[in-house]
Amino acid sequence: MNAILFPIPDANILDKRDQIIAGLAQIVPFENLITTLDERRAFETDALTAYRRMPLAVVLPRNTQEVSDILTFCHAHGVKVVARGAGTSLAGGAIPLEDSVVVGVAKMNGVLDVNFADRTMKVQAGITNLAISGHIADNGFFYAPDPSSQLACTIGGNIAMNSGGAHCLKYGVTVNNIFGVKMVLMDGTIVDIGGDTMDAGGLDFLGLVVGSEGQLGIVTEATVRILRSAEGARPVLFGFEGVEAAAACVAAIIGEGIIPVAMEFMDKIAIEICEAFAHAGYPMDCDALLIIEVEGSEIEMDAQLARIVAIAKQHGVKVVRASQSAMEAAAIWKGRKSAFGATGRVADYICMDGTVPTSQLSYVLKRTHEIVRGYGLRVANVFHAGDGNMHPLIMYNVNDSAEQAKAESAGNDILKLCVDVGGCLTGEHGVGIEKRDLMRHQFSNIDLAQQRRVVGAFDPLGLLNPGKVFPLDM
Amino acid sequence: MQTFTPATEADAADIIRLATAPLQIEGAGTKSALGRPCVGDVLRSTGLSGITLYEPSEMVISARAGTPLADITDTIAAKGQMLPFEPMDFSQLLGTVDQIEGRRATVGGMAACNLSGPRRIQSGAARDSILGLRFINGAGEIVKTGGRVMKNVTGLDLVKINCGAFGTLGFLSEVTIKLLPIPQKAVTFVIKGLEDAEAVGVLATALGSPFEISGAAHLPFGLGRNISRTLMRLENFEASITYRIDQLRKLFGAHKDINVLEGEDSVRLWRGIRDVEFIAKPQANIIWKISCAPSNGPKIMAELRALGGTHYYDWGGGLVWLSLEAPHAEVVRAAAARFGGYATLIRAPETVRAQIPVFPPESVPLTALTRSVKASFDPRGILNFGRMVEGI
Ligand SMILES: Cc1cc2nc3c(=O)[nH]c(=O)nc-3n(C[C@H](O)[C@H](O)[C@H](O)COP(=O)(O)OP(=O)(O)OC[C@H]3O[C@@H](n4cnc5c(N)ncnc54)[C@H](O)[C@@H]3O)c2cc1C
Repeated sequence: MNAILFPIPDANILDKRDQIIAGLAQIVPFENLITTLDERRAFETDALTAYRRMPLAVVLPRNTQEVSDILTFCHAHGVKVVARGAGTSLAGGAIPLEDSVVVGVAKMNGVLDVNFADRTMKVQAGITNLAISGHIADNGFFYAPDPSSQLACTIGGNIAMNSGGAHCLKYGVTVNNIFGVKMVLMDGTIVDIGGDTMDAGGLDFLGLVVGSEGQLGIVTEATVRILRSAEGARPVLFGFEGVEAAAACVAAIIGEGIIPVAMEFMDKIAIEICEAFAHAGYPMDCDALLIIEVEGSEIEMDAQLARIVAIAKQHGVKVVRASQSAMEAAAIWKGRKSAFGATGRVADYICMDGTVPTSQLSYVLKRTHEIVRGYGLRVANVFHAGDGNMHPLIMYNVNDSAEQAKAESAGNDILKLCVDVGGCLTGEHGVGIEKRDLMRHQFSNIDLAQQRRVVGAFDPLGLLNPGKVFPLDM
Repeated sequence: MQTFTPATEADAADIIRLATAPLQIEGAGTKSALGRPCVGDVLRSTGLSGITLYEPSEMVISARAGTPLADITDTIAAKGQMLPFEPMDFSQLLGTVDQIEGRRATVGGMAACNLSGPRRIQSGAARDSILGLRFINGAGEIVKTGGRVMKNVTGLDLVKINCGAFGTLGFLSEVTIKLLPIPQKAVTFVIKGLEDAEAVGVLATALGSPFEISGAAHLPFGLGRNISRTLMRLENFEASITYRIDQLRKLFGAHKDINVLEGEDSVRLWRGIRDVEFIAKPQANIIWKISCAPSNGPKIMAELRALGGTHYYDWGGGLVWLSLEAPHAEVVRAAAARFGGYATLIRAPETVRAQIPVFPPESVPLTALTRSVKASFDPRGILNFGRMVEGI
């Protein structure tokens, strides 16, 4: 069995549950404190549903001051805290501990300021990713990082995980699109980091906080960079006979110095699953599909596409189909963005997230199939190919513990392979509990100890989201 | 004062581990006049030189920290690639050219100072393109962070905090950088005769357009010409540039004095903006760098008009370069702070840099974090002690 272990709960804290709840009740109104078993159940896991732990209580503060008061209280009583956005983490980053209080930021979901002249927007941490872009869409602007979970996931969670998305190939991931945050440290101190400027002087704490998986502080506000939308965007489907040909085509496009806005990959199983769900017109007689999106004016899109099509032809592309309307374009993206959900309707799955150098894509895809087949399981691949960020979805039956163990082993083998070819364990989902025990495959003890000490500089008692990211014996 | 120039990373680690007093960390020393003055023996990276990995088809390069930056830019240019963030060459500005002839800025120094030029507004700062680092912490341990792929969220990212830490957290030994293709063509769209606020308004319109402006600067009256110049750079393939120039002409048709610079004329202009050439002289003047929200640039400068001096704007107004005869630190910092901006002292005599905080003073909790983060990398205060903040 590979079952991921959790830290042993502190019996003293479990015993003091009533007292802790009473303390929290002094800080937030009754309706913002969740204590009953039934209601807490909604918070006992995230999108890594094979694991769950019931927290002591869940608090839903309404503002930064309440977050500060909650943390001050928990700090004084040695109570662990797990921050939570929408709970869509695929790495188990938001799974509670039994001796922890969950602090959810979902009630803090407002827009505080929009500044088109300076192209920034200030929001509260609980706003969903999509709501940010939605708020400014009529003005022709958008917030670039677009995780497939954008309808649900919060900017606070995006910041904690440094989330990416299909369009990050051109526009960068979360860390490249955040100017500042307001954050509460575990001892209740409120800090403003960065601001609305491109560079703040002093140490780059912002670069440390983004991707810190909720272990440095709880983010309550963020100032994000907003961009003007391109004049037009055209996703184009490229169907290939062989998986290797498609992967080689991706590497060749990047190698030619062409950076489309997005370059997404689906293998045959993924095509079938997504087409059945979204009816996007994906070619069904292909082994692999690339969705390549170009943007700009008509002239610019035509010019860029011409170069891409020429490269694809050299790689034996079988079908090239451009979207003919906004509706078709939307359907193409709907299929891609609902890939995980659609797979979930077919089978239980765990989603891997390793990144590899683009020149290794073809080899790693081949090995992925071999590895998973070796465990007698099935895998669908649907991922951000342009930046080598792979998402093998390993399908298994969650009620069969032997199969779960096999799926986890297969996943671990794939991630180690990613590291071995020059990549990394996780490209955008984060380490959480899921990849925690693989960290020594990528990092030395010295590397990890240095990271750990930096976490300790923010949270000396180690009360914020413990048991995640670092092996438990550290 | 002794100078160490270790030939291997392991030797460098030994020197740091065995050090009993602070060390000054240097590349070629072209930026030794940046930051607060500090003391101690000098540990140089120039012995650690050479490109260790270059995969043009993946647009990624790794090099040992002491590798001359020019070697990297030449190597990648031969494959049609460039550094996305357009790092500046400070040797003219800081007057380090003559003193250290033959020594050339290193890639480690570039990373440590997070050098980012005009393309910052489009492609991000150095820290946004630096994918991985190897460094030696203050205990003499060799640490690696990040990697060579673009998307990587494995563990706590120590890359960015080391970029712009001016060698106070680690002695960098190797840097891995993401590259971009050199665009087919670059041109500069120029509008002449605008006042500061008007110009920054124009730049905001351009940056808020879909035309992907990759440089947005304003040179006021007297900088190189007896008329102000508002500059917008376009970089792309030929057909796109032609189209976008047309679009900008439509957008700014109301302005009379418009022209388009191409080729070397355009390149030279942006190099000057990048390297702060326009206000580098007189060499005795103080140079401030003010970061702010773009629309606040002219507001801050309006408050500082009484101080005299010369200035210009990059980053659409979000970066103001200011040259003054005397520091006027309190006035400059107060004006910047009133608009949420930050003022950093880039050039000043050593005595001034010893007295006035070079970096913008931080809030009490941030100073406490600076102290605890420094201690987590360098508990004994060996690496560039006091270079950024007195006593840290
Ligand atoms: C169907 C599906 C598709 C997905 N697609 C993508 C994708 O394309 N790209 C991608 O990158 N990810 C993707 N994800 C993963 C997930 O959506 C992201 O990691 C997301 O950023 C998590 O946001 P959340 O609000 O749900 O955070 P949660 O899951 O609630 O929390 C995630 C982590 O952030 C911490 N945290 C949350 N809020 C805060 C805060 N305010 N301050 C400090 N720490 C906080 C938590 O402690 C936890 O460690 C997908 C997930 C699903 C289920």
